[in-house]
Order: sequence, then C-alpha cells, then structure tokens
Amino acid sequence: MKCSLKWLRRYVDINEQPEALAKRITLAGTEVARVDVVGGWDNVFIGQIAAVGPHPNADRLRLATVCLGAEQMEVVCGAPNLAIGDKIAFARAGAHLIDGHSGEKIVLKPNKIRGVLSEGMICSEIELGLSKNHEGILVLPPDAPLGQKLSDYIGDVIFDLEVTPNRPDMLSILGIAHEVAALTDAAVREPNLDYMCCVRSINESVSVEVRDAELCPRYCAGLVTGVKVGPSPHWLKEALAAAGIRSINNVVDITNFVMMEYGQPLHAFDYDHIGLGKIVVRRAAEGEILMTLDGVERRLGADMLVIADPNRAIAVAGVMGGATSEVTDGTTSVLLESASFKAASIHNTQVCLKLPSEASARFERGIRAELTLPALRRALQLMVELCGATAADGIIDHYPGKKEAVPISLTTAEIKRILGLDIPMSQIEKTLMSLGCQTKSMTDDSLEVTPPYWRSDLRIDADFIEDIARIIGYESIPSRLLSGEMPQQNPEPKLVLRQNVRRILAGFGFQELITYALTNRSTLEKGLGKELPFEPLRVEHPMSSEEECLRTSLRGNVLSALSANIHREEGSICFFEIGHVYLPKTGDLPHEPEILCGVLTSTGAEKVWLGRKEPIDFFDAKGVVEGLFAQLGAKAEFQVSADIGLRVGCQASIMLQNQEVGLLGAIDHKVAQGFDLPANTFLFEMDLTQILTYSHGSARYEMLPRFPVVTRDLALILGSDISHKQVLDIIKGFSLVKKATLFDVYAGKQVSQGKRSLAYSLTFQSSEHTLTDAEVDRVLDAILHKLQSALGATLR
Amino acid sequence: MDIKLQINELEAQAYAELEGVASAAHLEEWRIRYLGKKSRLTEILRGLATLSIEERKTVGAVSNALKLGLEAALGQREASLRDGELALAVSKDAVDISLPGRPFARGHLHPVAQAMNEISSIFTAMGFEVMEGPGVEWDYYNFDMLNMPKEHPARAATDTFWIDAPPNDKGWKMLLRTHTSPMQVRTMERRRPPIRIVVPGLVHRYEATDATHLSMFSQIEGLAVDEGISMADLKGTLHEFARRFFGPERRVRFRCDFFPYVEPGAEMAVECAVCRGDGCRLCGGNGWIEVLGSGMVHPRVLEGVGIDSKKYSGFAFGMGIERIPLLKYGVEDIRHFYGSDLRFLRQF
Repeated sequence: MKCSLKWLRRYVDINEQPEALAKRITLAGTEVARVDVVGGWDNVFIGQIAAVGPHPNADRLRLATVCLGAEQMEVVCGAPNLAIGDKIAFARAGAHLIDGHSGEKIVLKPNKIRGVLSEGMICSEIELGLSKNHEGILVLPPDAPLGQKLSDYIGDVIFDLEVTPNRPDMLSILGIAHEVAALTDAAVREPNLDYMCCVRSINESVSVEVRDAELCPRYCAGLVTGVKVGPSPHWLKEALAAAGIRSINNVVDITNFVMMEYGQPLHAFDYDHIGLGKIVVRRAAEGEILMTLDGVERRLGADMLVIADPNRAIAVAGVMGGATSEVTDGTTSVLLESASFKAASIHNTQVCLKLPSEASARFERGIRAELTLPALRRALQLMVELCGATAADGIIDHYPGKKEAVPISLTTAEIKRILGLDIPMSQIEKTLMSLGCQTKSMTDDSLEVTPPYWRSDLRIDADFIEDIARIIGYESIPSRLLSGEMPQQNPEPKLVLRQNVRRILAGFGFQELITYALTNRSTLEKGLGKELPFEPLRVEHPMSSEEECLRTSLRGNVLSALSANIHREEGSICFFEIGHVYLPKTGDLPHEPEILCGVLTSTGAEKVWLGRKEPIDFFDAKGVVEGLFAQLGAKAEFQVSADIGLRVGCQASIMLQNQEVGLLGAIDHKVAQGFDLPANTFLFEMDLTQILTYSHGSARYEMLPRFPVVTRDLALILGSDISHKQVLDIIKGFSLVKKATLFDVYAGKQVSQGKRSLAYSLTFQSSEHTLTDAEVDRVLDAILHKLQSALGATLR
Repeated sequence: MDIKLQINELEAQAYAELEGVASAAHLEEWRIRYLGKKSRLTEILRGLATLSIEERKTVGAVSNALKLGLEAALGQREASLRDGELALAVSKDAVDISLPGRPFARGHLHPVAQAMNEISSIFTAMGFEVMEGPGVEWDYYNFDMLNMPKEHPARAATDTFWIDAPPNDKGWKMLLRTHTSPMQVRTMERRRPPIRIVVPGLVHRYEATDATHLSMFSQIEGLAVDEGISMADLKGTLHEFARRFFGPERRVRFRCDFFPYVEPGAEMAVECAVCRGDGCRLCGGNGWIEVLGSGMVHPRVLEGVGIDSKKYSGFAFGMGIERIPLLKYGVEDIRHFYGSDLRFLRQF
C-alpha cells in the first residue's frame, strides 16, 4: 500500500519527521518497507511564462521570459509546448536536477546556448525525477502559487506499507490516519459527507435484488444523473498517481479515490446500460460468459458471484466490471455500487480468473459492511462536486443480516495476565479511544469496548489487548524468564541416536547433505534400479515435473548429488543424508521412517605424496558400517542380500539381533550408468527407528583379564565357497579363543584351483589360570579337526 | 716390576686408551681389557692375599682406587657415547615439517543442522523439550486448529503444497506442512500444561525458488503454556535466546506483527551485525534483521484443544533456520544449502 503523506495530512496533522513516523508505524504492526521522498528540489520555483520569442541563432530554440513573482528571467528553451500564461517549474542555477539525456544527477549552471545566456531552466518531468517523460515541459495547474518552492507544492513523501492480512483498514488512507492519530496523540478530521441531492428518489429509477445474502451481506447503491465525464482535477490525479493508480476519467477516478480513502472498493455502472435499472446480485450460471472491462471473455463458475441486470451479468462482483456497462465519455447517469462481499468467495473467484486487483485485495481481507455507506456518500459527494452531477435522493441499502456490534468486556487483571504489565484504567481507556473505539466504564477495573466501524480485526478481548500493547509500545512490556514449574522432560531416544550417527559419520570423514523431499519418479526409479513397487504421494500442481512427488527412498537424491560432485572431486568422496521418506498409507498420513543413506566412491587412486591410497572398495563401506555400530555400542552382522539396486554378490543385509536394519553394497551397474557414476560406488542405507529398536545402545563392561594371552597363527586352505564367517563361527565356538583376527586372504598360484587360503591370528586366554603350551596345542588341534570335518579345511 | 709401578702404568694406559674409544663395542673391549675377569687389575687384586700385610695395605688401596676410578670413567664414557649416538639418530630423523600431513578424512555436519542443534540446545537448557512432528500433515492441524478455518484469508494467502489424495473420513486434506506449528496442537492434545517444547523440522511453501526463497526450508517452533505466562515471559525467553545465540552485544527489538494463531503477535529482530542498527546492504537498510515470529497463543487455539484460556496462557514462536547461517557467513544464494555441492558444504 502506497501512502502519500500529503494525502494523509488531509485528515491528520503530522509533526514528526517521516522517518520517525515510519518507525512508529512499523513497530505498531504495519511495516513501512520504504520511505520515498518525491521532490526535495532546491532552487526550483513555480514560475509563469510571460513571453515567448524567437532565438536569434537557432530555429528550433526559443527564448522564454519567466515571471517568478517579483523578478523575471530569460531562458533558452527547446520544448514544443511553451505557452504564455502557463505555470511551470523553473530551476535556478544551483538546482539539483537529473540530466534528461544521460539520466545522471547534475547541478544546474548558467549556460550560453547558441550565444544567448540562459539563467535557468524550465523543467520537464524527467529533469525533476517525477517520471521518464521528456515530451515537453511540465505544465502546472493554473492555481499553482507563483514564486513558491516547487517542493512545497508538489513534493511528497510516499510510505510503502506492507499490510498484514488482518488489517484491511491499513489499505486506506483514512485507516492509516486513524493509526497515526493513535500513535501520535492527534485527532482525525473525517471528510464531510454532506451533498446536495434532488427530490427525485433513487427508488424510482433503481431497484436491487440480492439473491445470495451469504456471498453479499450488504449492497448499497446510489444514483447520479447529468454526469459530465471528463478529466479529473489536478489534485485528484496527483493523489491517485501517488497511490500508483492511473487516472482514467473523473467518474472512475472518484471510485478509485474513495477506495483508497476509505478502503471500500466501489464500482460505477453506466446506468443506461442496466436493464430496467434493476441490479440482481446472484451466483453465475455454470459456464456463463461475461466480457470484462479489459475486453477478455470470462467463463464463470457457479460459485462465483455476479452483479447482473434482469438479462445478463454486468460485473464479476468485487473483482472486475463488465464491458457493456462501463462508464464512457458518453455516460450521463451513473449507478454507484458500494457493497460487502464474502472474503473467501472473492478470493476464490480472483484466483480462478487470475484477476487480482486493488478491489479484490481489500475484499479478501474481510472489510466491515459498515464501510459501505460512508464510502458511497463520499463518492456521491465528489460526483456532485467534480462531475457536475445531480444525486438522486436517498441510497438503496440492502443489509438484511445487520447485527449491532457486541461490546467486549476488558479488565485490568486480564490485560496484566496477558501482557505482564500493569496499565492504569485511565490509560487503557485513553488508548482505546485514540484508536476510535467506544468505551464504557463498568467498574474501577473493567470496561466495555466496541471497535470503530473501519476495524474488522477487533473481535475478542485478546485483540483489544494487542491494540493497547502496540500503541503503548512493546518496548514497555518487561522482560522476564519463565519461572513456573519445569515440565517433565522425556527426550526422544531417536534424537540422541540421530545426533550420534551424524557425529560418528562426520568423524569418519563423511559430509552431511540435506536434499529436497520433493523429487520425481524417474530419479526414484533410477536410484532403486527398478520400477516403484507402489505409487508415491504426489503434490497437486507441482512447481515442475522435477518435484512432482515425495521421495520414498533417499537413494536417487543421494546418488544424484554424488553424480553432480564427482567431476569436481579428486580421490574419494563420502557423504550421507539422514532424512525422512514418505510411504503412503490409505486414508491416513504416510509412514515417515527416518533413513540414513551414505555413499562412498573414488575417482581412481588418490595421489598422495606419502604413497597412493587404493580406490574405495566394498570393505571400505563395510568398515564404515561396522565402525558406526561399534561406536553406537551395537554389533552388526551381515548376510547375503538380493537388492535389485545393488550388485549381485557384492551386497549384504545389515543385521542387528537377527533383524535386518539396512543394506550395504556396490550399486548395480545399471544404477551406476543411470547416474554416470563409477562401478566402485558403494551405498549403505539404514532405518534409524529399526536401529533404535534392535541396538542396546550402550557399552557393556567385562572384567579385565588377569591371566596372560597366548597367540597362535592358523593358515588354512578351504574351498572358495566357504565363507570367512563359517570358519569364524567354528573357531569362536571354542571358549578359550578370545579373539580371532583374519590377517590374510589368498587365492592364486600357491593354492589349487577352487581353493583359497585364510590365515588367522588366534588369541587364547583363560579367565581362571595361565594357559600352558600343551593346553593351547590341544585346543588348536580340536579347532583344526572341527574345521576339517565341517568345512574340509586343511593346514596350509 | 714393582706392583705399584705396574699399577701406575696401567692407570696411564687405561685412561689414555679410553680417550680414543669411539663406540660402544670399543668401550666393551676396553672394559674387558682393564676391568674384565682376566684383566691385569683383577689379577693384582686377586693376588693381594699373597702379599705382605704392609704391601697388601698400600697396593690394595691403590688398586681398589684405580678400579673405582676406571669404573666411574667407564660410566661417564658410556653416557657420553649414548648422548652422541642419540644426537646422531635425531639428526637423521629430522623431517621437513612443511610437508603436508597424511590426509585424514574430514566430514562436516550440514550448516543448517549445526544451527538447528545450537538453537535446540539453548532452549533445552531453558527447560524446553525437543519434539518432532510429521512432514505431511492434515490441513486440520496445519490450519483449522491454528485459527485458520477453511475461509480464513490468512489460509488463502499461505502458499501450500497440497497432496493429491482424497480427504480422509473426517474431511481432512493432506498437505506438506507449511510451518512446524501443527505440533503445538498435537502436543496440547496429548499433554496438559505446564508445556515447554521446541519443534525443529522441514516445511514447504508453494513458492518459486530463487536466491532468497526456497520451497523447502527448516523451521523451529516453540511453545510454552502454563498458568501466569505473559508477554513478559515471551520477551524474556526470546531475549535470552538471542543473547546466547547472537551474543550479548546485539540489541533486540520486538514489534507488533500478525500471525493468526497468536494474539498479541510479535516479531523479534536483532540488530544487524554489520551496521549495528544504522542500516546497510545486509539488513536491507533498516538496521534490523527479522529473526522470528511469536506471540501469545490465541485463545481459540487453546480452547480448540480443550485448555481453558481464562486459566492458562502461553506463548509460541517460530523461526526459519536458513537465514541464520546465510547472514552469519554472508552466503549470497540460499539455494546453496540444499544444492549438495561439496565445495559449499565443506566450508562449515
């Protein structure tokens, strides 16, 4: 909302500096986003062209004598529109102007032009920074005061207000005036609404039928005849220009002026184009066509409200008028509409038709039905005054659901309970009255309050308490720390786990990512290496086809991120994301498990001066998972798995207490190709909730051993199909074996085809006595025997 | 030859030779020669018994003194040799300390996660419990119960991603939550006052993404409800948060603002770190940086969950997280946060 201070001053005296006032308004709830100063010119005065003569040396230039009241000056001027008697803006030497050609700021100096000294300049709009218009000089209205500083005459300050949805009154200059008055302890001068009308009653010419009182709670109409449509006076054009509204003609300009003044949108119909002079307010028929003012044919829906005559729709209520009843130069009778429409209906219609307007912006916020009458009176008054019109007697006011405002009771105790501040009753009353509220004192510490007609947001006691607080100033409210009983805390274990996982993985060198929850089917399927087994949740009207549905897996996003980074990185890349996936459920909100997905890969061996680091392989990935669980105080087991998105033979389920909690493996070749990633890209994926369920989550203490350990190496030859785990399970079955560390895996020339060698370092220890060599030998023999019989192992 | 003379000679010879010893091996040879079992000195000492009492006294004294002297010299020599060898070894092991260290993988938490952790822990210390809610919500919790019924203008003004799914049997529609505030309602439905919670989480707005806007961003919500909670508590709590998070030197400002689920509503801003309130490019010229929206919980919200708004009161607040690292580090494009570029993420 652009608010001109000059306009505002019509209703309220402003003694504060614009910047200081802007700050007060901002602190009180409506942010003044910008303060623009129009004018501020030094040495620019209002002059009058006294004479125009030819330039002795140039055909296209002329010499103008400018009268500045007491003195006269001669200037050279090239403008085509020099006319004797016109009031103009005259810049003396030293004026700060904008160069019409370069657009740069200049300081005017006396100048010889083609041999004639020019003592100043007659300014165009561009030189004054008023517009980009360079077509001739700016001609001021004839009543412009001669010799006065131009900045005092047309200078202004424009506040750009960001109005919150609850304050439609701040979309009106009068509403702002009331706000300013309350903040600065001033009084508001409301316009006088009296006007002359003729004896002929409006009811003889106009009738109104409201068929849908829910969508149109109040409909007021007035009639003027003998209208002379023409240009608006300077002050009106200037006021509208300051508000960013283009002047059209006096009738339309008056409706816009009153809308800006009162915040009540009005519409002017050419009365002669309203069939039988009858207004029907009804819902549109489904598919009904109406050509709007902008010349576009609109197809309407049954939930839209239209203003119609008995034959057809003539306007989309509250949104835009129709072309047939538009006020034109030939219009002589005008029916003025000032109505109240249901906010949500206007919003929906405006959105459906893609026709947001100043009017719909006001209706949408829910303006008071009480505004319609004063706004209509004001418009009728201006029509009589500015268009030479005659107003019909009376106003049609259709307001069947009228309710008297119910006073709200306020007590000092309640105000203190909410604000934490003791405010004396007298100050409460004074503050409310400054806002235009009516108050009625009930007891020493309570009163009843009724909001003014322009405020739609004051409904319950909390609303009034806010108004008291914001006018007094939030800075008056004390600051104190919560002192009540501390609520019991039950921190969610998942939050602790998530934080631990993050820190552990970051410690292992993994960078954390956060990617978008909205993705697309193709990315999801590419990441999973298969078609989606179920439909993901889709959003209505996606922003783009890239963000059409909610992710059901993190893989696609994480692999895309890897793909985007891989060409910029050298050596290994590791990162992870912890995020929700969204698994649809019928008739309910989706299941949102929290998933950890990590990836690691390398672009060839890393070059390091200390020796080359080998490319990432499966055991790097597995080491990370094992390390993660070790740090979390859980022991992960691994089982062969068969995930389509992971490579056959190079993937495993991650098991906690015999429950699968995740997967680990090389991404499948097809997946790798899909994201343009190297084959040695590994991924691990776990469900955090599952980890929480199946890990005991804390360390377990074992007493420190008291007896020494004995170590023996055991090199075995086994069939290649025998897994390390099978061997280890047997070895670990012997209670004296405290630790078995695999230190070599070999397959090649030294062993026969189809076999491989596994070498272990075994640590023996008893908790009861010092082991003898003989004892250890006996156990080692037994282990070997068992490995032979169960797995066909032989000593290497 | 006279024994004493022999001893003198031996003494001179031993010390002279010791001077020339340069290694541990040589020293050992020297020790065997002069102090070993078969050395002349040992022989002399063994032979003392054969001497007269008179001679035994004098020779014994001299030869024992020599033995002690040689042993001491041996010890000293040993020590000096060891020091020399160590010094040599040290000089051989000296490294070019300017060479880069062996690379150790470095990972970082996401900058938004870091900010979120820090903010959560400040509120945790003030007795707020961290809770989380669903990212896909019912309009009932996201709007209706927060004083934004179906036809409320603020609801229409909120840009919402609606889920393409039929309403449930209660007529509720699914959406991507537009704020973390639904957890206010969900929590108050389950718990009675006193309540103090903070709710971190991702939210969505139907908004085109550009350098200053994201369609997905992070928020943290706070709620405190009890008897006797007033706006003074709101100001105090949030002021304390700002003091701990932004530092005690940054001033804080509260101004009136509008959110449908609070009344009175307030916005908190902190003094711009760069210009300290004078206005600069970072703060858009007004000297203050908006940090959060807040207010006293709207009586209709309390009544909606069956909490007596005449007995209990509370405050709520919500803040966007991305702006905080954005301003702190001077990030020029907010999209970097979720753009997964490691060159960006590794810097935090």
